[in-house]
Parts: sequence; C-alpha cells; structure tokens
Amino acid sequence: MSVEPTGPIKIRLEQIFKAFGEKKVLRGVDLQVHEGESLVILGGSGTGKSVLLKHVIGLLKPDSGTVTVDGTDLASLDYREITHFRRRFGMAFQGGALFDSMDVFHNIAFPLERTRRFNRSQIRARVEECLALVRLEGTEKKAPSELSGGMRRRIGFARAIALEPQILLFDEPTSGLDPVMTAVIDDVILDLKRTLQSTTITITHDMTSAFRIADRLAMLHHGKVIAEASPEGMKNSPDPRVRQFIEGRANGPLNDHPADDPFSDHPADGPLNDTPEEGPSTKTRPPQESP
Amino acid sequence: MGPIRQLFETLFTEVGRLTLLLWRVLVWTPRPPYDPRQLLEQMVRIGIQSVPVVLLTAMFTGMVMAIQTYRVLVRFSAEAYVGSLVSLSMVRELACVLSALMIAGRCGSAMGAELGTMRVTEQIDALEVLATDPIHYLVVPRVWATTLMLPLLVGIADAVGIFGGYLVAVVMMGTNPVTYMANTFQFMELTDLTSGLIKAAVFGLIIATVGCQKGFYTTGGAAGVGKATTQAVVTASIAVLIADFFLTKILF
Repeated sequence: MSVEPTGPIKIRLEQIFKAFGEKKVLRGVDLQVHEGESLVILGGSGTGKSVLLKHVIGLLKPDSGTVTVDGTDLASLDYREITHFRRRFGMAFQGGALFDSMDVFHNIAFPLERTRRFNRSQIRARVEECLALVRLEGTEKKAPSELSGGMRRRIGFARAIALEPQILLFDEPTSGLDPVMTAVIDDVILDLKRTLQSTTITITHDMTSAFRIADRLAMLHHGKVIAEASPEGMKNSPDPRVRQFIEGRANGPLNDHPADDPFSDHPADGPLNDTPEEGPSTKTRPPQESP
Repeated sequence: MGPIRQLFETLFTEVGRLTLLLWRVLVWTPRPPYDPRQLLEQMVRIGIQSVPVVLLTAMFTGMVMAIQTYRVLVRFSAEAYVGSLVSLSMVRELACVLSALMIAGRCGSAMGAELGTMRVTEQIDALEVLATDPIHYLVVPRVWATTLMLPLLVGIADAVGIFGGYLVAVVMMGTNPVTYMANTFQFMELTDLTSGLIKAAVFGLIIATVGCQKGFYTTGGAAGVGKATTQAVVTASIAVLIADFFLTKILF
C-alpha cells in the first residue's frame, strides 16, 4: 500500500504486544506517525484501538516492543520524567473523563493552571476561546453532571486542546454527536492541524469524519495493523476486510474466525464480534500491582 | 495448611501494597507543584465536617462508661474513682479507637468510592495525561489531611468524653462534682494523653492509605467501586484494631 511520508517521524510504534491475562489485545503493532500528520485508526469495537492509544501516551506499558515519541523511548523515562514529557500531549477520552469535582471552567483551566505559566486573565481568555471552539460558550459554571454525554465529550475535547499540544490523541471524539457537531469537531481538528502543525491520532467509527480529517488511515484488526493507506488508497482498497468495514456490511471476512481467516498470519483465539465492547482492557486501566 | 497459607499471603500482599503506596506518597510530598487548596479542602472534609460525628460518639461513650463503671465500682464502694476510670479509658484508648473507626466509615469509604469512580471513568488517566501525577494530586493531600486531623478530632473527643462522664456521674448519680473532677485528673499523666494522640495520627495514616489504595486500583465498573468502598472500610477498621494492639504494647 502506498504511504507517502509527509515529514520527520514523530511517533513510532514497533512490534507492540499487549495482553490482559489470557486476552491478547495487541499482537505486534507497527505504526509510524509523521510530524503534522493526521492519522485515523479504524477498527471494530474491541480490536484494541483505545489500548493502542494509551500506549502512545504511556498510560499502558507494552509487554514487548517500543514506543518512541520525538526520538525518546517512553520505557526509558521514570515516572517523574514521563509526567513532564506528557506536556506535549493532549488527549480526549471516550466518555470525556471530566473531573466531576470541578465545574466546566476549572476542568478546562486545569492543564493551564498546572503549568504555572499563565495568569488569571490569560487562563480565563483561553478557556473562553476553547469553549467557543466547541460551541459551548457560557457553560463555565456548569457541573459535568449537568451536561449531556455529547457536551461532556466536547468539554473533554476543549480540555485536551487547551494547552495547544504538539500531539493530540482523540478516542472517538465524534461518536454520539449529531452530524453538525461532528462536522464542528472535525473542523476544529483540521484547524489545529493547520495552525499548530499538531500531529493527531484519532480513533473513529465514523467513516465520513475519518475521510474528512485523515491524511492517512490505518485499520486495526485482531491486534494488528492490516491496512495502511491514504484516504484514496483506503477507498480503493481491494482488501475485502477493509471493504466490509468502509461499506459497513454486517457479513464479510471481518466476522470470520481468525483461524480460518486467509488474511491473518497470526493464529488467534476469538472472532471479532465476540469481543465485549467495554472490557476492562479498553475502559479502565488494570491495577499496576496485580495480586 | 491451605486456608492459613492463604491468610498469610493476603496479609503480606496487603501490607506490601500499602507500604508501596505510602512510599510513593512520601516521595511525592516535598515535590512541587504544591497545592495547598487540595490539602485544605481535604482537611475541612475530614476534620471539620467530622466534628459532629466524633462529638456524638465521644459524648455517649463517656456517658455509658460512667454508668457502667459506677454500677461496677459501687459494688466494692470505689465509686469515687469513676472519674479516673472514665477519663483514663477515654484518653488512652476509647477516644482514638472509636474516632478512628468513625473516620474509617465516614472518610475511608469516601476515598475508596471517590478514587474508585475516578479510576473507572478514566479521570485518573486524564490526570496523568494532563501531566499531573495522580498520587501527588489525589493521594498525598488525603493522607496528610487525615494524619493531621485525626489527632485534633481525638483531642476534642477526649474532652467531650470526659464531660459526658461528668454529666452522668454528677447529674444522674449524684457524685460530688469537686471530688469527681479531682479524681479525673489525679491519676492522669501527660503520656496518657500523648500516647492517645500518637495512636490517632498512625490510625489516620492507615485509614487514608487503605482508602486511597482500594480506590486507586479499582477495576470493574460500578460493581468494582462498590467492592473498593466496602474493602476500604473493612480493611481500614481491622488494620486500626490490629495496629492499636501493637501500638499500645509499644507506647505504654
């Protein structure tokens, strides 16, 4: 598949393997993201997309393989260094992950306050700017519990972009939003890319949105990248699995048991559709100290 | 051997995890950025807002102690010593243990539930992503607030418990108030008071560390949060009682 590099490599994932107990989620992921590029990761529910994203920012550590960001191997950083290193990232979570002990204003102001680089009026101005970007002006005083799911997601998005980070990670930023709001979020992502030259990785199920924001797309299936291409290349992909996903058909090779899957060179242990959508592996982080 | 081995395994893993968390709390404590607001907020929640509960507990315990000791001491005509018995029991033992158990129920559970919810809704992940160490931000203020506030609460409980005993002995049992007060302080030494307060600080440390540890490493959604909350209270209460034995042995 033809993939044109657009700049120096910002993020490099090499042979990432990750299992939670018996469940092998990532089975050797290789992926590169170039500076200023917008990569969209496609894949069915439970294929390890969120887990992959958490590896990029070091929330999860791979069982084997390396994650390199800006030439730094994340495994070489201790917990203090990685805390500092994360300043260059912004991440929006699936459910928003807003701090429910704070109102909307303080949620968005949180990353700004923690850096100690801004005064009060600068923080206020930036929060207003971020709220305007996601079209939720005037909600500063609201508590997260007063907001709808879609609004919470947009606030989470605003919080992720508050510090104008170099690398943005979006975990399904538009799922559950109406088409107009989806377009707004897409525009914000494109805008950030244009103005800040941010490198973005977005997970999405929404094909329209995916093709709108992507410079390049990668498809994850059974813990491996099975296709990587430009939007045009993806649309014209001959791979029946990619075709099934893009066209959104219920039946096709993606449903096949991986053992019978002619495209999979990895013997696996469960059909795609059997994987629970909200397993502990994707929603929460397992305890660091297992019993 | 099976169940005994299992018991010891559980015991040692629990103690190991708590020690590890406590170590990280100590390592993070002196590091900037300092957030006095967080510490203050927790001190208000754990200290000030627990005052009514601790007051009631100490008041009634002091009153019951007075009735019980009076009824027993009167059998060998030693009822003059009700004051000494009530005050020494309160100051050395009852005030700190009962306050600790109330705080475990009131604040240990809250820590388990709050941090547990933050874990399962990815708020703890979000903190890390926002370049904030969650132990530094969430656990450090809770542990210090509880360790500092519990001795203060116990100080109040000491006074109120003694007052409760006085009320019962003087008003209900008709003891001479002057003898009662004299007896209350006659046999009390400063070490009685300080040992109770030292125990309270250690209990505070235990309650907060256990509560935060259970919450911080929660897995499994709403059910997991429920489990973490229960475990926070049960483990903290038992740990307080066990620690009480050893501390009493060492301190007296």
